[in-house]
Amino acid sequence: MTVAAATSRREGSGRSALATGLLILPATVWYVLLLVAPLVIVIVFSFGEKARNGGYVPAFSLDNYGQVLLRPDPFIDSLRLATIGTILTLLIALPLAYFIATRGGRHKGMLVLLLVIPFWTSFLIRAYSWLIILGPRGAAGFIGDAIGEPAFRILGTDVGVMIGMTYGYLPLMIFPLYVTLERMDRALVEASKDLGAGRWATFRQITLPIILPGVITGSILVFIPMMGEYVIPAILGYGRTFLIGNALVLDFLEARHWPAGSAKAVGLIAVMMISITLYLWFLNRGRKTREVSVL
Amino acid sequence: MTAPAIPAVPSVGVEADRSWRPRRLGGFVESAFKAHAILVYAFLYLPIVVVIVFAFNANRLATIWTGFSTEWFGVALGNGVIQKAIQNSLIVAFANAILATTFGTMAALGLQRVPRQLRMGFDVLTYVSIIVPEIVIALATLVFFATAFDFVNPVLAGAGGAGAFKLGFGHATIVAAHVLFNTSLVLLLVRARLSGMDRTQVEASFDLFATPWRTFTQITFPQLLPAIVAGFLLAFTFSFDDYVITSFVSGPGSSTLPLYVFGQVKRGVSPETNAVAAMIFAFTIGTLLIGQLLLARHARRTGSRGSDASVAGMITEAR
Repeated sequence: MTVAAATSRREGSGRSALATGLLILPATVWYVLLLVAPLVIVIVFSFGEKARNGGYVPAFSLDNYGQVLLRPDPFIDSLRLATIGTILTLLIALPLAYFIATRGGRHKGMLVLLLVIPFWTSFLIRAYSWLIILGPRGAAGFIGDAIGEPAFRILGTDVGVMIGMTYGYLPLMIFPLYVTLERMDRALVEASKDLGAGRWATFRQITLPIILPGVITGSILVFIPMMGEYVIPAILGYGRTFLIGNALVLDFLEARHWPAGSAKAVGLIAVMMISITLYLWFLNRGRKTREVSVL
Repeated sequence: MTAPAIPAVPSVGVEADRSWRPRRLGGFVESAFKAHAILVYAFLYLPIVVVIVFAFNANRLATIWTGFSTEWFGVALGNGVIQKAIQNSLIVAFANAILATTFGTMAALGLQRVPRQLRMGFDVLTYVSIIVPEIVIALATLVFFATAFDFVNPVLAGAGGAGAFKLGFGHATIVAAHVLFNTSLVLLLVRARLSGMDRTQVEASFDLFATPWRTFTQITFPQLLPAIVAGFLLAFTFSFDDYVITSFVSGPGSSTLPLYVFGQVKRGVSPETNAVAAMIFAFTIGTLLIGQLLLARHARRTGSRGSDASVAGMITEAR
C-alpha cells in the first residue's frame, strides 16, 4: 500500500465508521425490537398469570410449566411426527439428490429449477390440494373400495398429516444434499476404488463423511418447521392431530391464555434445541470412531 | 527445461477429473434411480396440477369433474372480499420486499467492515431469526406489539384527547414481522455473493480515485444484483404466501389472501377457492420465472457464468 493511500484511509476512517454504523442500523433495530425484545417478553410472560380478560398479569409462578409437564401429548406427538418426517424426507431425498448430481448431466440446472418451483409456490395451497387428492373422492375412496372398507380415511389421521409435511418440506432436504454431492471430489471415490476398496467400504469411508454436513443441514432445516407446524395438521388433520403449533394457536388466538402459551413456546424451543444437540452429538460420535477405524 | 513440464502435469490430472463419469452400477440399480426420480417429481407436481385442473371444473361440487369452464375465475375476481384480500396482500408484499431487501443489503455491506465480535453477534441473531420456528416468531411479535401498544396508546390519548391517533394491528404490524424474517434471508444471500466476489475490481476502482459511492454503483452493485433480485423475489413471495405470522399480527381490514384462503379451506373444497389457488400458483411461478429470465439476461450481458446467477441456483446454495 502506498503512503498516500494509507493516509487517505486513516483520514476517512471516522466518516466510514459512521457510514458502516448507518448501514447496519436498520437491521440492528429490527433484530433488537422484533426478535430479542419479543423473545424476552415471551420468557417473562411464561412465568406470569392470565388476566381476567385475557392477556397477562405479572407474577412469578411455575404453573404454566407445570401444565406443560402434566399434558405433554402435543410435544410427544410433534416430536414423533417431526422425527418420522425427517427420516422419510431423508430417505426420499438422498437417492434423488445423488441421481441429479451424478446423472443430471446438462439437464442439472433444469432439474434443480423444477425442484424450486413447487417449493416456491404457496405452502397453504399445496396443503389444500392434498384435501382433494387424499379425500373420500380421491385416494382414500379408491383405497377404501379396493380393500372393501368404504369408511377408510386418510384425512383427519396422522398419515394424512405425515404425507402433507413430508411433501411440504422435501425440497429443504434435497437442496443441501444436492449441493454437497455436487461439490464432491469424484477423484476421492476413484482413488478409493483404485486402492481396492469395495463399493460399500467406499461409500462408508469416503462418500458418507463428505455428505454428512448436507445430511445435518437438511435434517435441521426440515425438523424445525415440522416441530412448529400448524397449517398442515389444521387442514389435513382436521385439527384431530393436535401438535404444539395447534396448542399455541389455541392458547394465543382463541383462549387468550398468553402465559400458558408462552410457557409452551419456551418448551418448544427447549425440546428443539435438546433434540438437535443430541442429534449432532450422535453423528459426531459416529464420525470420530470412523476416523479411528480409517487409521 | 523443466519449466513447461510443471504446468503440463497437473493440467492432465484436471482433465482426467473432468472426464470422470460415475461407474455405472447394474442396469437394475440405474433404472431404480431413474424411476425414483420420476416418482418424486410426480409427487411434487401432483398437487399443483390437481388444483389447476379443478379450477377449470364446471361442477359446483369441486371434487367431481363434469366439464371445462372458466366461470369460477370470474366469480372469484368479482368477489369484493377477495379483491380486498388481493389488494392487502400486494401492499404487504411490496412494502416487505422493499424494506427487507434494503435493510438486508445494507447490513451485508456494513458487516464487511465491522469488528469480528460485532459480526458474530449479528450472525447469531440472523440464524436465531431463521431457526426459531415461524409460529414462535409470530406469537412473540403479537405479544410484543400488544404490550407496546398498551404502553403507547394511553400516552397518545393523553396528548391528543378523545380523537387521538391510536396504534393498532394492521398492515404495518404484518410488514414489520415479515421484514424481520426476510431481512435475514436477503442478508444471507447478499453476503454469500459478497464473499464470492472478486475484490480486485473494487481495489482497482479505488486506485483510480473513484469515490466510494461511484465504486458501489459501478462495481459492487452490478455484481450483487443477482443476489438482491433473488432476495427481493424470495421476500415478496414469502409475504404474499405467508399464513402463520400474518394470522397472528393482522388487524381488522388487513386480511391477506392466505388468510382468506385458509378460512375457506377449513370449510372444505370449493370451486371458487380452486380458482383463487390456481391464480396464486400462476402469479408466484410467474414471478420466479421472470426473475430467472432477468438474471439470465444480466448474466449474459456481464459475462458471468449462468449457473450461479439464477434464482434457483442461489436458493439451493444459500440453504
